[in-house]
Amino acid sequence: MARDAAMKTGLPRRALLQWGGAGLLALQLRPARATAFEMQSAIANYAGGAPVKPGKVTFDIPPLVENGNGVPVAVRVDSPMTAADHVTGIAIFNERNPQRDVVRFSLGPRAGRAQVSTRIRLATSQQLVAVARLSDGTYWSHSVDVLVTLAACLE
Amino acid sequence: MARTLITAPASAKRGDVIELRTLIAHPMETGFRPGADGLLLPRNLVTRFSCRYNGELVFSAELFAAVAANPYLAFTTVATESGSLSFSWEGDHGFAQTETVTLTVT
Repeated sequence: MARDAAMKTGLPRRALLQWGGAGLLALQLRPARATAFEMQSAIANYAGGAPVKPGKVTFDIPPLVENGNGVPVAVRVDSPMTAADHVTGIAIFNERNPQRDVVRFSLGPRAGRAQVSTRIRLATSQQLVAVARLSDGTYWSHSVDVLVTLAACLE
Repeated sequence: MARTLITAPASAKRGDVIELRTLIAHPMETGFRPGADGLLLPRNLVTRFSCRYNGELVFSAELFAAVAANPYLAFTTVATESGSLSFSWEGDHGFAQTETVTLTVT
């Protein structure tokens, strides 16, 4: 009877199941892509629309995080840190915490070395990006993928 | 007053790059986390940190919810002259604290 009904409406069961499956898959993929897009727009916002190129920045973070509540991170930028050529800012962005921003540092030639470290929270396995702003107005970045086994208590 | 831990050299040679490490006892409550009663705990963050060397700003940071509890920050500065290094933290609900250390430059 059910088969007859499907035949009559012109929607075979197989097509229905296929479309249903595709819909479910799309629902699962959407949040990850949406937050990746949010991260890109947060980075673009920080850079003020200037292009962000990979390079110069070294983002140190353990690739396998056992406890997301306190993850040691360090960012180093390859820069002479002179009055003419120095790093003016370093920022860290995440993909899948509740907020895209992690921390934003402002520094100058008096820092001596473009190197900062701190401890952060990670809600889940995700991609992190460190962006450096140089005194000549260029932006450089380094992205790292991390696996988190114990998530931070964010939700 | 929150407890702080500051690691800075007592003396340095002129022109040396010195490392400053700071830690402050603070819960850094994100505002995204429910408490025992199921309601969201109110946000309580340190939002801003700054370091002044003889009054001149040498380093600052904007902190968000993703910074771990008891925020730890390590950075560097060039030892230019003897004087004071002051570290200030500012946060939600009027949280403000400043600690000062002295540095002798030879």
